[in-house]
Amino acid sequence: MIPLSHYLILSATLFAIGAAGVFLRKNLITILLSVEIMLNAVNLTFVAFGRYAGDLDGQIITFFVMTVAAAEAAVGLALVIALFRHRESLNPDAFTSLKW
Amino acid sequence: MPETVTFYLFAALAVGASALVIAQRNPMYSVLLLIASFGALSGLYILLDAPFVAVAQIIIYAGAIMVLFLFVVMLLNAPKEDAAEWDRAHPLRAPGVARWGTLLAGLLIVQLTSALMAVNEYNTPVGAQSDATTVNSVADMGRAIFTRHTFAFEATSILILVAMVGAVVLARREDNQ
Repeated sequence: MIPLSHYLILSATLFAIGAAGVFLRKNLITILLSVEIMLNAVNLTFVAFGRYAGDLDGQIITFFVMTVAAAEAAVGLALVIALFRHRESLNPDAFTSLKW
Repeated sequence: MPETVTFYLFAALAVGASALVIAQRNPMYSVLLLIASFGALSGLYILLDAPFVAVAQIIIYAGAIMVLFLFVVMLLNAPKEDAAEWDRAHPLRAPGVARWGTLLAGLLIVQLTSALMAVNEYNTPVGAQSDATTVNSVADMGRAIFTRHTFAFEATSILILVAMVGAVVLARREDNQ
């Protein structure tokens, strides 16, 4: 059997990769993908702790995180499309002004 | 023993695919690699006796969210990210600073790992304290969602409605100028 700490380390690694992606990348779509990686890392923690405690709540919160992630992806991608129409660019540095 | 092998296989796949997601310059490859990463995570959920989450991971994440991403990448005909001159001119890119930062990040990882390993409680196998049947029943999970968590469930449905309307409004073409 796998110790709980291994799942936690894996989850921390995935979260770190996602956070690095948000900070390092210059493409709005890749940034959104990195956010999804972070959400999944947290989901893994929830399910691992739920299994460890013998409790269903870990899986239930994962279900809610997934639905919220779907909503976030829909709104985020709509924003990306709207921004791309204005600037023909996906580089976040192109969107530094509050109004144009 | 096969369980251990499966865990490390899926873990390596998830970490490798996720690392490649942020290493790719082409968003198309990033999306496809992220689907591989989600597939590996779904395998880990099976190992954790969570069949519902594993299937939902495939259907919702790999099936719905990633298709949405793929659709937008194709719709926008997204240009490849150019390694901007900003990247090279940035003061944090200076070799000394970068090396120092890498060292600190490595130390942080070592520190966090050893801290996690030091907690004896977390070194017990993940399934040792309870039977798999306490968590792997989809029927129990449905019962819990629709009884104890009814409010959260209804709130989620409103959230999705608002997100749907918001997405339609945001992505609509503005014809009135």
